[in-house]
Amino acid sequence: MSDLSMRELHDTEFPIPVEMQENLAITSLSKIYNWSRRSSMWPMLFGLACCAIEMIATAASRYDLARFGMEVMRASPRQSDLMIVSGTVTKKMVVPIVRLYNQMPEPKYVLAMGACASGGGPFKEGYHVVSGIDQYVPVDVYVPGCPPTPQALMYGLVSLQKKIDGQSLANMDDVPWYGVGPSDPVPIPILGPEIIDPRQMELIRVQAERAARGESYGVRELPAAVLEDVSKRTEAAAGAAVAVAAAPVVTDAAAEAERIGRRMEALERKRARDAKLQQGS
Amino acid sequence: MTDQTSIAPQTVNAGDIKTAIEALKQQFPDWVQDDTRQGYSGVLVDRNHLVEVARTMRDQYGFDYLSSATAVDYLGVEDSMEMVYHAYRTSGGPALVFKAQTPREGAEIPSLIDVWPGADFQEREAYDLYGITFRGHPNLKRILLWEGFDGHPMRKDWKEPYYEEEHKPFDSRWPKGYVRRAEELNAFGKNVKYPADLDLSRLNDTSEEALYSGMGLGVDVEKLTADEKLKTDRLVVNLGPHHPSTHGVFRMIVTLNGETIESLEPVMGYLHRNHEQIGERNSWLANIPYTDRLDYISSMGNNHGYVLAVEQLLAMGNRYQAPTYRAEVIRVLMVELNRLVNHYWAIGFLLNDLGAFFTPSLYAIAEREKILDFFEAVAGSRMMCNYMRFQGVYKDLPERIRGVANLVNDQVRDFNTMDYLTELINERLPRSIDELDFFLTDSEIIKARTIGVGYLPPEMAIAYSCAGPLLRASGVPYDVRRADPYSIYPELDFDVAVRYHGDIYDRYLIRLDEMRESVRILKQILPRLERTQGEDFFAGNKSIYMPRVPLGEAYGRVENPKGELGYYVVSQGDPKGPQNPWRYHVRAPSFINLTPLGQMCKGQKVADVVAILGSIDIVLGETDR
Repeated sequence: MSDLSMRELHDTEFPIPVEMQENLAITSLSKIYNWSRRSSMWPMLFGLACCAIEMIATAASRYDLARFGMEVMRASPRQSDLMIVSGTVTKKMVVPIVRLYNQMPEPKYVLAMGACASGGGPFKEGYHVVSGIDQYVPVDVYVPGCPPTPQALMYGLVSLQKKIDGQSLANMDDVPWYGVGPSDPVPIPILGPEIIDPRQMELIRVQAERAARGESYGVRELPAAVLEDVSKRTEAAAGAAVAVAAAPVVTDAAAEAERIGRRMEALERKRARDAKLQQGS
Repeated sequence: MTDQTSIAPQTVNAGDIKTAIEALKQQFPDWVQDDTRQGYSGVLVDRNHLVEVARTMRDQYGFDYLSSATAVDYLGVEDSMEMVYHAYRTSGGPALVFKAQTPREGAEIPSLIDVWPGADFQEREAYDLYGITFRGHPNLKRILLWEGFDGHPMRKDWKEPYYEEEHKPFDSRWPKGYVRRAEELNAFGKNVKYPADLDLSRLNDTSEEALYSGMGLGVDVEKLTADEKLKTDRLVVNLGPHHPSTHGVFRMIVTLNGETIESLEPVMGYLHRNHEQIGERNSWLANIPYTDRLDYISSMGNNHGYVLAVEQLLAMGNRYQAPTYRAEVIRVLMVELNRLVNHYWAIGFLLNDLGAFFTPSLYAIAEREKILDFFEAVAGSRMMCNYMRFQGVYKDLPERIRGVANLVNDQVRDFNTMDYLTELINERLPRSIDELDFFLTDSEIIKARTIGVGYLPPEMAIAYSCAGPLLRASGVPYDVRRADPYSIYPELDFDVAVRYHGDIYDRYLIRLDEMRESVRILKQILPRLERTQGEDFFAGNKSIYMPRVPLGEAYGRVENPKGELGYYVVSQGDPKGPQNPWRYHVRAPSFINLTPLGQMCKGQKVADVVAILGSIDIVLGETDR
């Protein structure tokens, strides 16, 4: 990405003679603006957990992130464009992360790397893990995996580049930072008796009032329709179980034969493919 | 240039422990008694006289090394809590297990910090998670959670916000109709639970103030008027938790006088992932993938410690079969390769911390990738291998190393497994270790930055329960593989690497030594692999990975690359009911090795802090769990 390729930049709407295409490009402001931004995406140098190890491996010699113009990891949020949330976000750690996010200059992007950063992952059910960083800061790209392989992370980064390519200076929804004045910071969570998201203050107050009145507190009651549905389904399931236990096993012979036939066909195809692969190797 | 002492494999002398226990009981007939519960070992000590008994153990019976101290909540079984201590002799041999019980209400136990300073963080952890007060502890603050957190989450009657049931599999994950996500039942849609008496008018974050209290902020006037020529200010500096050199989300609060460190306080818990609490809801088998994520650089070693602990429990039952010989050989192969991975990483990043930014790391990571290729081919994952099982391993080694995904566009990566391993162990790894040695060991800059810095005397290393390279670089030849042998290590020929200066340079050198010893072990593993080709890699019925675990307790420990990794597991409750660990505790070397960090840094320059931390080699997944 480091070489400036005129063909890549050129907008085909405007014809240029072939011999000049190496030296001249006519393009839109958005395109060149996006092209320069996405080709020098500087991630912030900070790792949270296991995924950080794979992030470092991605930057190392075998996978070589420098090919995408992203190897310049900055230790300061003021100099970085991209925050790779690489690992489990705990309640204690989300406070500094939100603070770092607020310190990054616009335009800024967030990539949630791995299962934990995307949605809590294997540790979600615990008491000290945030179920995904997207509950606090907006996320642009999610990379699944536990941890994602370096290839997966790179795919995520390329996806982010594509996202940037699609943004347009003409559309203020795409580029809010291009407007007037600073963007709103994300309110920093408070570590009280439990983590408190200032945006939920009103809800917490309502719930606290309920608790003071002695009503159920902190628990969301399912809507009546859902409850009805649940009871119906459980009843139906119980009834079905009884029916299955009581009745002799009856299967549709024709459907079964068809299923087995399909299965054999698939197996045949798989064998043929394996044989081909073995010949090839 | 290596100076190592060879230590003969010690026979496990259980009789010796019995003698010590008998003598203790004679000496303190009223305070010490046998632990007679089914499947338990060791002694129960009267909590009011714990310190005296512990001091006797250390001074008269030579149990100078406190490996692990942890709490267990027996709500519903005995209605008490207890602290479990495992003390060892640095000369080797099995553990002396002793316990002190306390009622759950107003739980209080005297602190053992005066006998073994290594109990410091472990007692703070028990205070944090169980609410046990340690009388006499000088700094009894929360360590993993923040100051002001509501409740003590590891108590059996504390329920997490997404609480569903006591044991897995949860009903919601075993659909009987309507499958719900945990968020749906929480009014806030988040993993939060507020106490009923939450006072919204006084919401302020006191967690930071609590950290800085007693730090003596501001200028110290007396110091300024002292007769030194160079006038210095006192200054409090915060490092982390997102500092690039803290190896994760570790945080230090440093008080400086000029450039010299006066005090350093580690702050952790930024990666506290409730490992132990989730482990107690999980089934025994389901914990294996979680252990991968403890010390995420050496997942094979973590697996090994856990399966050893549970196998000890299983051995008390009658359906247990010991792992086959091939399984043991494969386990040692994996663990030693993992040690190399870890030490490559540790050396690379120590150099990063010393200012050689990323170049040595690049070389080290390149070698690591070769080993990860092998792991990926065998276990299916580069880092989180989830490879070992009780009574064996998950899978035999494949015939060839290649992936279907690679096959299409990467014809180069297709090797015979044994050829690949032979080439790796006999040529590639020794060559790269020599390369690191050649370029780094004699470097002027490295010597100037590391020799004599971060000195840790041997007595202090033992007292603070340090383990692994940190302990051995201080001249204490203590290696669990030799001191309390497990697996097939007794029949393998290798030396325990020791260095005597206890500074950063020796900690770097000892990692090189250990890598060479690992390669030596691996060279002995290769013919054993050839010999056992085609034999069983899993003992017992392959369709049941998880036999029923009998009641009792066990402590399994292994020499992980970072130090002694121990798992304390308790099987308790209903023997016919759900099979989950009652207690699942991890004695994490990274966590306990940090105990002397403040002492080691005192009097050093501020630039050396990251180097000292790098030489301890911590991983936050394990530190905070």
